[in-house]
Amino acid sequence: MIGYSIKRLASAIPTLFLLITFAFFLIRIAPGGPFDSERALPPDIEANLAAKYHLDEPLPVQYLRYLWQIARLDLGPSYHYLDWTVNDLIAQGAPVSFTLGGLALLVALTIGIPIGAWAALRQNRPADYSIMGVAMIGLSIPNFVMAPLLILLFAITLGWLPAGGWEFSPARMVLPVVTLALPMIAYVARITRGSMIEVLRSSFIRTARAKGMPEKEILFNHALKPALLPVISYLGPAAAAILTGSVVVERIFTIPGIGSYFVQGALNRDYTLVMGVVILYGMLIILFNFLVDLIYAWLDPRIRYDEQGA
Amino acid sequence: MRETTRDAFDRALDTRSMRRRSLYVDAWHRLLKNKAAVVALGTLGVMVIMVLVGPWLSEWDHEIPDWDHYSTPPSLETGHLFGTDALGRDLFVRTMIGGQISLLVGLVATMVSLVIGVSYGAVAGFFGGRIDNIMMRFVDGIYAMPFMFFVIVLMVVFGRNIFLIFVAIGAVNWLDMARIVRGQTLSLKNKDFVEAARACGATEWQIIRRHIVPNLLGVVIVYVTLTIPQVILVESFLSFLGLGVQEPLTSWGALVNEGAQELETAPWSLLFPAAFLAVTLFAFNFLGDGLRDALDPKDRV
Repeated sequence: MIGYSIKRLASAIPTLFLLITFAFFLIRIAPGGPFDSERALPPDIEANLAAKYHLDEPLPVQYLRYLWQIARLDLGPSYHYLDWTVNDLIAQGAPVSFTLGGLALLVALTIGIPIGAWAALRQNRPADYSIMGVAMIGLSIPNFVMAPLLILLFAITLGWLPAGGWEFSPARMVLPVVTLALPMIAYVARITRGSMIEVLRSSFIRTARAKGMPEKEILFNHALKPALLPVISYLGPAAAAILTGSVVVERIFTIPGIGSYFVQGALNRDYTLVMGVVILYGMLIILFNFLVDLIYAWLDPRIRYDEQGA
Repeated sequence: MRETTRDAFDRALDTRSMRRRSLYVDAWHRLLKNKAAVVALGTLGVMVIMVLVGPWLSEWDHEIPDWDHYSTPPSLETGHLFGTDALGRDLFVRTMIGGQISLLVGLVATMVSLVIGVSYGAVAGFFGGRIDNIMMRFVDGIYAMPFMFFVIVLMVVFGRNIFLIFVAIGAVNWLDMARIVRGQTLSLKNKDFVEAARACGATEWQIIRRHIVPNLLGVVIVYVTLTIPQVILVESFLSFLGLGVQEPLTSWGALVNEGAQELETAPWSLLFPAAFLAVTLFAFNFLGDGLRDALDPKDRV
């Protein structure tokens, strides 16, 4: 397992390298630069600015310089938020975004799995149909529609919760977390239901029933674990969904997280900030997929990554 | 007249061909039995007709403001069925025009991802071995990237015209399609009919085009139906961020964005486009589910 982990993490390096290279040149193709403004700057000042940030060098040189910089874990200065380094900006935004995303994922799993399992047990009965119907609605309402609707209902009409802003308090976190979690709850419930139905039809469950095992024990000791495997593999795409979702949610609820930096950064041609966020998110997705594989092996003993020909 | 063996044979063939039902006819009948899918199909039909015909039925234009009515609620008296936005533009017409754009993006971008994904997956799966390995590694590599961020960067980089939206979304959305098609191709290529074709001297490309791709159709249809709502969603997402369709054109995402800003004063400007968007996505998802059940008999219970 340790050998596999090392190999797997090492294989992430070329992926990350590809990501960095691609993103670096893509954003540089964009017309305009970070220091363009409504009023043209005097040419001398422009030249000085470019020289200070090494923007006057040929692109390949800048690229190598940037790689060397990243290798030292320095994401460079922000070109828009002067006096800020990208490291600082991310260090400030990341706890907010991660809290939001982590809570949403947690909520999605703790609600989605039981609902899905319950629907599977009631397969093709009214309870099942209504749960799956609601789940489909949850999947079909995009979060940028859900968020304003929730605000309209709970903040404006009922006045129970604040409509935006951020602090680490339950009242401020409820609406953003719920917005992010709703489509995921629906998705997790659907996956759980599907795999649970399949597992309940398999022969080892029939054996357990035949030997008179109580239904509760069958469910929790035998059926649940294999039924969760597809849910685990959903965690990879879920991480990506949270990241994109956070862009919307942070914008609507005016939350100072990294998602909001990204769009603003791209529009401002804040090269280093955009790169920093892309790298961070790329690493997160790679890390998540890696964790998924590890949990998979732990849940399903038939999967052993380090053995040859398994 | 006495019936010859030949006649009997012909007759047998005849009756057989009359009773023969192709996989797709079969699937169609199964789909029609699925009430949710039929309702979804009907809803989509109505939706398409509505967004195409709707703008002609109204006396208003999607660009020109009604100078007497700013942010007025829906009413029959003013003729603004869905009300007007802050600039006095008729929201019914704008919702219909937005629907045209959203559906168009959904279709075209899906086609782009379809073409890329099917050819990529079919080639990887068919040639197998080393080529397959390299090609799928590449897909895995891209998979690990925050793809939405690439779309955002693409939109920022290349300006915001509608053709770019098609290509950008399609170009990042083909990965799943490639994976599915590859898996299916792997299992198809060892079938007897492929060997028969090869024995008849068909070239590899002919086999891919004439034998593999048509057999992939079922999976692809299901996947296309599920990709369209995803793509519509991505476009709306971009428009919501202000990176998608630009004024005076509009899309459901752009309308939702405008509506969300006037939430307190003019909730109808959010509710109508949001409802159209959600219903469309809902219908596509249900149709896709129904098609999956209809075309993939092994999943049926």
